[in-house]
Amino acid sequence: MGKKVLLIEDEPNIIEAVSFILSRDGWEVKTHSNGHDAMEVVRLRAPDLIILDAMLPGKSGFDILTEIRGDAALGNTPVLMLTARGQSKDREMAERAGVSQYMTKPFSNADVLAAVRALVTP
Amino acid sequence: MSPERGPVFLARRTYRRRRLADAARLLPIVGTVLICIPLLWQGEGASGSTRTTMAMFYIFGLWMILATIAGIISRHLRAAENKEPPRGAGS
Amino acid sequence: MAILNVLALVCLVYVAFLFAVAFGADRAARHGRGKWLRSPYVYTLSLSIYCTAWTFYGAVGFAARSGLEYVTIYLGPTLVMIGWWWTLRKMVRVGRSQRITSIADLISSRYGKSNLLAVFVTILAVIGVTPYIALQLQSVTLSFAAFSETEQAGAALPDMQSTALWVAMGLTLFTILFGTRNLDANERHHGVVMAIAVEAVVKLCALLAVGIFVVWGLSGGVSETLARIDASEIARFEVPGSRWIGLTMLSAAAFLCLPRMFQVMVVENEDEDHLRTAAWAFPAYLMLMSLFVVPIAAVGLDIMPIGANPDLFVLTLPLMAGQDGLAILSFLGGFSSATSMVIVAAIALSTMVSNHMVMPIWLHFTGGSAMISGDVRQVALLARRLSIAGVVFLGYLYFRVTGGGAALAAIGLISFAGVAQFLPALMGGLFWRGATRTGALAGLGVGFVLWQYCLFLPSFGPSMIMPQTVLDHGLFGLSWLRPQALFGAQDMDPLVHAIMWSMLLNTGAFVLGSLLSFPQPIERLQGAQFVNVFDHSSTTGGWSGGMAQSEDLLIMSQRIMGATEAQALFATAARRQGLAGYLPEPSPDFLQELERELSGSVGAATAHAMISQIVGGAAVSVEDLMAVADETAQIMEYSSQLEAQSQELARTARQLRQANEKLTQISVQKDGFLSQISHELRTPMTSIRAFSEILRDTSDLTAEEKSKYSSIIHDEAVRLTRLLDDLLDLSVLENGQVVLNTQTGLLSDLLDRAERAAGVQVGTLKVERDRAAEAFELTTDLDRLAQVFINLIANARKYCDGDPPVLSIRTHEVEGRLVIDFTDNGSGIPSEKQAVIFEKFSRIGETKAGGAGLGLAICREIMTRLDGSVSYLPGQKGAAFRVSLPLPRRMAAQ
Repeated sequence: MGKKVLLIEDEPNIIEAVSFILSRDGWEVKTHSNGHDAMEVVRLRAPDLIILDAMLPGKSGFDILTEIRGDAALGNTPVLMLTARGQSKDREMAERAGVSQYMTKPFSNADVLAAVRALVTP
Repeated sequence: MSPERGPVFLARRTYRRRRLADAARLLPIVGTVLICIPLLWQGEGASGSTRTTMAMFYIFGLWMILATIAGIISRHLRAAENKEPPRGAGS
Repeated sequence: MAILNVLALVCLVYVAFLFAVAFGADRAARHGRGKWLRSPYVYTLSLSIYCTAWTFYGAVGFAARSGLEYVTIYLGPTLVMIGWWWTLRKMVRVGRSQRITSIADLISSRYGKSNLLAVFVTILAVIGVTPYIALQLQSVTLSFAAFSETEQAGAALPDMQSTALWVAMGLTLFTILFGTRNLDANERHHGVVMAIAVEAVVKLCALLAVGIFVVWGLSGGVSETLARIDASEIARFEVPGSRWIGLTMLSAAAFLCLPRMFQVMVVENEDEDHLRTAAWAFPAYLMLMSLFVVPIAAVGLDIMPIGANPDLFVLTLPLMAGQDGLAILSFLGGFSSATSMVIVAAIALSTMVSNHMVMPIWLHFTGGSAMISGDVRQVALLARRLSIAGVVFLGYLYFRVTGGGAALAAIGLISFAGVAQFLPALMGGLFWRGATRTGALAGLGVGFVLWQYCLFLPSFGPSMIMPQTVLDHGLFGLSWLRPQALFGAQDMDPLVHAIMWSMLLNTGAFVLGSLLSFPQPIERLQGAQFVNVFDHSSTTGGWSGGMAQSEDLLIMSQRIMGATEAQALFATAARRQGLAGYLPEPSPDFLQELERELSGSVGAATAHAMISQIVGGAAVSVEDLMAVADETAQIMEYSSQLEAQSQELARTARQLRQANEKLTQISVQKDGFLSQISHELRTPMTSIRAFSEILRDTSDLTAEEKSKYSSIIHDEAVRLTRLLDDLLDLSVLENGQVVLNTQTGLLSDLLDRAERAAGVQVGTLKVERDRAAEAFELTTDLDRLAQVFINLIANARKYCDGDPPVLSIRTHEVEGRLVIDFTDNGSGIPSEKQAVIFEKFSRIGETKAGGAGLGLAICREIMTRLDGSVSYLPGQKGAAFRVSLPLPRRMAAQ
């Protein structure tokens, strides 16, 4: 059974694309599309990896990441962050919040896959 | 003491003039003190107080001396100062 | 009667002679001849008006009563004269450089040209000097009487008061004739001064002649005279120390402060250099005047009958000895003393009264400004003449009222004490830059009141003016307020007591008032000029003078240019001269530069006047005074300008701060905008890229998947295009580059079109309209307006969560505008979002189903172009937008 990846993203087409890529690589992908209750979902799913969009309705990806890093049980979960804004200060914010890897949209599918593989050590 | 004519060092002349001005300033103070001297003679009791004639000689003598010194100082001050640039005469 | 007639004749001849001398001197001076008029000895002799009849006759009386004490009256002035380097030199220099006309003028001028102060000093001087004039009249009448007493026909005693009246009238005439020849009080009265000098010689000769006669004629030699003194009542030197010192100081102060002394010493001064001669010659004169006083007194006491008036010994001794000629000479001496004093005092007082009281009042009542010079000249002369008559008449009146009794004899020292009250203000003004007008007024006020209370009023004798109870028990029964034992100072000599308290408290009030108050600019300017008069009016000062001058220039420049600029200018100039610090030498170059700088601020004429006031010579003309007045006004104006400038500066700073805030805000907005655009562009591109890679890299896709992913790519590409279109549209609208395509059409048709375009037919949204109300013919860019309507309807379609969703479009007129409200039945827009929905990239909902959030921003821009507006209408059931347009013509109902 593949490792669990939780994708938190609000753009339906991107959810579909990423799910497609990862599923075909053998990952078990769960998705969630807003920031409000993202933490509950994270706790519920206890994924091996979280792919997090920076701009989410309800709560920003940076805030969610900070909460994850502050949580004892989830603190070590690798987080891959995706952002469409691509400004250097976003990257700094993400790194300060404790991101594992940071990627700017649009990305190549191969890069996402490689990153996910690298972040989750079997 | 006479004011020298001819080449005189400027500094020396200025110095001379300043000391004369000092003397001119000092004179009334000295005069005041000396004028008060007769008061000291009175202290020796009513019977031994000074005669008016004594005091007269002292006062008038002092008076003449003061006038004389004032004359000497002002004459020398003039001599020391007569090289000064002309004052604004056209008032 | 013979001797009285001879006396009258001699008097007339003497007066005629004086007239001739005065007339001749005036004439010579006018024709530029008569260098001898400007001799320092004439100046010295003119100072002898210090020796009035009170001293001519009174000194002997004084000596007969209190021995050697009388010399204090002469020792004080002697000390002042030999100390000329301290005070007189400065007073004369100030008087000349400031064109001072009287002591009142000097004090008022020093304290910011305060007329209040001048009036105060004038009144004090008149009160103090009038009794003194009365004293002169009394002495003349008494001496007449002394002659008539020797006549056996006592019945022929002339009326004392008529004598006084004649003398008063004669003196008035003389003073007016020679004292008001010229309007300019500052011009020398050569005639008067010459007459006084002659009178000075006469009185000295008379007193010396009497003295010599007494010593060698009556006593038989020096040693015999000394023996007589030793045998007399005044053989012992028993002068109380307080009186000795007090009277010396008092006479010194009075010598400086008496208006008549100021007149001859400062105003009539021809040349500052004369002081050098006077410094020794006048003490010598005083010494000679007092030399024979004690012998005359002692011999008089010895040989005159008991009860004889010692005040008249000078006259009665020769008369008794049958020396009528000598007696007449002595009489002339006394007459000279009296007349010269009255003449000069009248000139001095009349100058003060007319300049500081009559003229200001006259100018006030005539409007002041519209004056012709000749007019003022006549008025000023008249005022001066009337003042002279008034002053002499006042003296006469005083003499009549007091009856010429013994009270008058004491008035000499009382008068001295009165005018001595000027001393703190005068000396403080000359030596202390911190002295202020308030201080001077306070000091003079306190001194004057104390002098009146302790000395002047009690001098009229008990119960004359001051009730006996006040003298005994103090004012209001307060014992510490007893006039002659103030603050418990009992058993003091009343005169010394009064001098001590009045001078102490006067000085105290002056210093305290000065320390506590703040001088006006003109006061400070004058203060600097007076105190540093030697630095300003001559270049003899050497380095210290130069620096002091520079400092004053700096002070002045700072006031005009501002401290920083002035200091920078001075420091630069100093560096150029190779000096450290802020004070350059006042070289001509520097002065020129400074003048140019200053003229930028206050105008060339004023700048020149100001600099020359500090640097330039003694000449202060009327123009200069005008300039000072003008300059004060300009300084005030300039300071208000500065104030305005600093306000302007503050305003500019505020504006800059606002602009900066705005820029920062714009920069933040721009960053936000760019970041938004980036996001909005990248999001569809991400999908496009991801799915195109999937299509490319995945070989085993089903046809269904392929079709689905291709259509996603297509939709996202459309979304991108739409976004770019919107951005472009917005950019065009925002930059005002949009070209309006104005057409005419019906509002209802336009709404129909919009409904169709927004896809209402295919959705669930129900649109309610009142077509009758929409009968407006619009002439505007219909396509753009339709774009707004479409956007609003589409929004309702997308976001309205009513069940079923209903949009009501209502058209009506509000306040002269056409208003179309789009109201749906959804949950509306939260109030915190209402403010931002028209901003770019703001979305109403959380989902991204809508566009990039530019729709409403575009609507707003369009409506602005169409002279209308679109706004959110709060307080409706659902979301409500109001479009407002200028009211068009309403179509007739069809």
